[in-house]
Amino acid sequence: MSISLPTPNIAHLTEEDYEHVYEPAAEDSFILLDALELDAQLVRDDQPLICVEIGSGSGIASTFLSQLVGSSSSLVISTDINRYACGVTLRTAQANEISLNPILCHLLDPLFNRLKNNIDILVFNPPYVPTGMTELMDTQNQRDIGGAWAGGQDGMIITDVILDKLPELLSPIGKMYLVTVIQNKPLEIMRKMESKGLVCKEIIKRRAGRELLSVLRISRT
Amino acid sequence: MYIVNVENCTKDNFPLSFSEVELVIRPAPENLEFIQRFLPKLDWSALVDTARSLGDESLPEQMPDQWTDDQLKALHHVLMELHVEEGNMTCRGCGHVYPISNGIPNMLLAEHEVGR
Repeated sequence: MSISLPTPNIAHLTEEDYEHVYEPAAEDSFILLDALELDAQLVRDDQPLICVEIGSGSGIASTFLSQLVGSSSSLVISTDINRYACGVTLRTAQANEISLNPILCHLLDPLFNRLKNNIDILVFNPPYVPTGMTELMDTQNQRDIGGAWAGGQDGMIITDVILDKLPELLSPIGKMYLVTVIQNKPLEIMRKMESKGLVCKEIIKRRAGRELLSVLRISRT
Repeated sequence: MYIVNVENCTKDNFPLSFSEVELVIRPAPENLEFIQRFLPKLDWSALVDTARSLGDESLPEQMPDQWTDDQLKALHHVLMELHVEEGNMTCRGCGHVYPISNGIPNMLLAEHEVGR
């Protein structure tokens, strides 16, 4: 059975916002929403209590997730390393009359202990573009829009930090939705996570311009 | 407000203590069933202490075994409606201050602090 959900309203975002925050007109934002929509029934049946998005940017995916699970029946925490993005995420939540909890931080650093084995749904559209290490370091340190894409070797440097911790983060019903591009070697990611006892599935795959994108679901069961 | 219950300092001194706060109350749709399901996720004494430090005395010292609707409503208010808009959170261990501005906690560490 498929569930159709409206795309969150982002009409309040301005050109100035898009100088600092990744514009969700980009295909990779929408493939993530489409993946969540495909899994909507599965996600709802689990009744997730704690949902987390890393790198929320415009806030469109966090908002969509909150609408999907029911904004009064789940806690949605959205982190971003970009101060501007946290503010925009909050505005997107308000424009869509739901409640999000943006936190300005690096990945999940300050939350790790409290969220251990507690994340029911984790969403991550990471900086997946393969770049040199210098570009990766510079963009992460600038804490601005460049941090949304520069991913270092294989585009996997940031993603791997989270994947290495994933077995400790997910709750017993936990699921992660991860956007990847073919250069990230999604099949290798799946093999690696399966070797850690997690279950992986590529739930959607799509060519968007030069990029061949997919969304992986990595779950406990 | 629930945010204090999920936050932590890198030195694991939970919870953070608040100062110079500006509180905002934003009514939120009541879903007591959700609040009840959320109970196992809470560190009760940390939550009660933090709520009291912010001037909300509505939560009982001990987590009730059987919850009344009024108690769940009070918890809903603290968790879902009470927001720290401005202020500081201080780590009880190392004294590090994390500011909250426009409702957004800044938990970034400066580069020289990473990996301490």
